[in-house]
Amino acid sequence: MNLTLVTDRDTDQAVRAASPLAVRGMTVSYGQTPAIFSVDMTLRAGAMTAIVGPNGAGKSTLLKAALGVITPLAGSVTVFGGTMADMRDRIAYVPQRASVDWDFPVRVIDVVMMGMYRQLGLLGRVRGRHRALARDCLDRVGMADFAHRQIGQLSGGQQQRVFLARALAQEADIYVLDEPFAGVDAATEKAIVAVLQGLRDAGKTVLAVHHDLATVPDYFDDVVLLNTQVVAAGPVADTFTEDNLNAAYGGRLTTARADPESVAG
Amino acid sequence: MGAEFVALSLPPIVIGVLVAIACALPGNFLLLRGQALIGDAISHVVLPGIVVAFLLTGLVATGPMLLGAAGAAVIAVVAIDAVRRLGRIESGAAMGVIFTAMFAGGVLLLEQSDTSNVHLDVEHALYGNLESLIWLDATGWASLTDPVALAGLPVELPRMALALVVIGLFLWLFWRPLALSTFDEGFARGLGIRTGPLGLALVIMSAIAAVAAFDAVGSIIVIAMFICPPAAARMMTNRLGHQVAWSVLFAALAAVLGYVLAGYGPLWIGASDSVSAAGMIATVSGIILGVAAVAGPHRTRNG
Repeated sequence: MNLTLVTDRDTDQAVRAASPLAVRGMTVSYGQTPAIFSVDMTLRAGAMTAIVGPNGAGKSTLLKAALGVITPLAGSVTVFGGTMADMRDRIAYVPQRASVDWDFPVRVIDVVMMGMYRQLGLLGRVRGRHRALARDCLDRVGMADFAHRQIGQLSGGQQQRVFLARALAQEADIYVLDEPFAGVDAATEKAIVAVLQGLRDAGKTVLAVHHDLATVPDYFDDVVLLNTQVVAAGPVADTFTEDNLNAAYGGRLTTARADPESVAG
Repeated sequence: MGAEFVALSLPPIVIGVLVAIACALPGNFLLLRGQALIGDAISHVVLPGIVVAFLLTGLVATGPMLLGAAGAAVIAVVAIDAVRRLGRIESGAAMGVIFTAMFAGGVLLLEQSDTSNVHLDVEHALYGNLESLIWLDATGWASLTDPVALAGLPVELPRMALALVVIGLFLWLFWRPLALSTFDEGFARGLGIRTGPLGLALVIMSAIAAVAAFDAVGSIIVIAMFICPPAAARMMTNRLGHQVAWSVLFAALAAVLGYVLAGYGPLWIGASDSVSAAGMIATVSGIILGVAAVAGPHRTRNG
């Protein structure tokens, strides 16, 4: 018995070391009831993973807890086998677009430069190569012509692209996106998917909260079905089944499909 | 415009400008964070601190008063945060609860104690005594280079200058994380920026400005300068750096213009007395905001 336990632990150690981002026993509570409970999640390197689940399933909460944006009650995170504190440079994060004040006095190019904060530090000089990288990142999302616009003058889709460009400027190995397709136009969705798949093809790992069940098989390799707890997780082909979806949505699947624009908590 | 100006008008104008800029600088970030009223809160809660300091020491001395004011400010900041977290209400409501309660407590303390005989009253708390900050050692512009005369400057002037230097250094050093966490706190935390302590540091800087300014100019200017110059500046530009620069300009303009109008304005319209400089400075800052709101190039909200 004891021996088995040790072996399990050793095996998990190896699994976590090989995974870009591994979450164990993550529990977060906003008050009395847990938002997520004892969630395990192991990302596959070089894959695009979707987190899918009904409203209030804790999808955004899982992302935020994994990145240390909110403090969990319990749980641990490893990044390429190391601690988040040591590996932070390897993770880029795209928060929900609705979470910021788009009237903030800042231009598109300044937002992208924010992605280089860990490089620049408190007082590091912004040099030509930093500006060139920012322009290049904007170009990759098709926003190069908007560099000097105030962010509030952009459409929702354009704002989302700028957020993605900021993540690209982090030059990370893992890209974590919270509802990247919420409230964006079809052209933007296509552009973002192309960029993310380009990242995946370059060996990067992508994790996104996603709400449109119809596009999961097209866009993603792996899927995590979440409803406070993990219902199922694995490659889309094996995991994204009618049975698992019904289990995750608790028989509310039709509602979920009819309401793809709803923003999950 | 010679010796008399240097001795009687220059020190209050300089102090007014220092106060205005010291409050306007952190005010920019407070405004963008939706915490603009924290300046209001701090300038009210320092009153009980000052009264308690007086009751304990029996002195109307700067040292104990500043300590009392700073202590009250810290208590208020912690209490506001506790009410916000434990009560799960927005910070504006938490501030409203704490600062009205503490200010009211200060007024009661003031009335129930012997302080009514000394130079400590509610009116002083509101308007300060900017006009009385004169420089008796000055004999003319030459005094500005005379070390002996400079030693006789009102103590509020170097104190306010020091506060401004501390606040300016803080903003210069932490500009990037402050801007980042003000715009997108989640992203900032994802980068490993400790947004909680940073936000607290910003509030402490605001408290330093408010407490240092309180004794010299009262709370009216402090409240006005935390909000009016940054709000007016926001309508002049869409870039944070430019906004802060505009707010400094507007703050200085309000201080100078307000002081001059208070001293000479009533004479120009035929009245005999001057009016409160603090009140006039705050009024001018409000007028600047009004003009910016009507004519500023970036006054429309997007989206």
